[in-house]
Amino acid sequence: MECFDVRGTTLFVKLPPEIDHHNAEELRKEADRLLKKRLIRRMVFDFEKTVFMDSSGIGMIMGRYKIMRFMGGDVTAVHVNDRMRRILKMSGICKLIDICDEAPGAQDTELSGSRGR
Amino acid sequence: MQRNEMKLEFDSRSCNEGFARVAVAAFMTQLNPTLEEVADVKTAVSEAVTNAIIHAYEGDVRKIEIESWIEGDLLTVAVRDTGRGIADIKRAMEPMFTTKAECDRAGMGFAFMEAFMDSLRVESEPGRGTCVTMTKHITREQNKYERQ
Repeated sequence: MECFDVRGTTLFVKLPPEIDHHNAEELRKEADRLLKKRLIRRMVFDFEKTVFMDSSGIGMIMGRYKIMRFMGGDVTAVHVNDRMRRILKMSGICKLIDICDEAPGAQDTELSGSRGR
Repeated sequence: MQRNEMKLEFDSRSCNEGFARVAVAAFMTQLNPTLEEVADVKTAVSEAVTNAIIHAYEGDVRKIEIESWIEGDLLTVAVRDTGRGIADIKRAMEPMFTTKAECDRAGMGFAFMEAFMDSLRVESEPGRGTCVTMTKHITREQNKYERQ
């Protein structure tokens, strides 16, 4: 799928404009397929194009967070706008994953790749 | 403003979640809502419809009904199903409580509806179905002025 990109041990997920139960399911399947197949230590959810997310999106991210923690990795959310930040905060997931407005540079991702183990 | 109402009925397929929230969003535009108010209502509708699809019908394709009406600056949205119903409503409404943790459900559906709307009422009877009624005042300052 086009929105998934593995660079080194980082899995980048470009999230769609709307995340609901309908497409969270698709994202979950593809993410889990890659997590099984490749050695992934970090997942980066890119919210750049996302304008809508409900609790199904939270469930999808929470589930992937559990998998990443189990494997000794971590999860980051980037390009998070005000609305998405509010949703992530309300769910409490912001205490578990890193959230930033900007995308981390590739270098930064490599350097901080060992964090959170 | 006179009471204005609409009613929708659609199949409980997940591809209709987007349709349902956009339809209610389109209906509420006559209140001249802010983008944030529209996003709030869309989120709440999405939660209620998803609950009906996942929990009430558990994947079976049956009907979901949405009734919405406007009275003054108050928007009311009722989402109704005739599915399995909720045995313990209080427990179902607790944040993080879910009966489907294995399906990656966060247990935040009702919490989101409560947070994004002004009021939430849940009526349910096991085996008969559930009706979730939510209201929200659309209170953009300019609106109040225009309606006087």
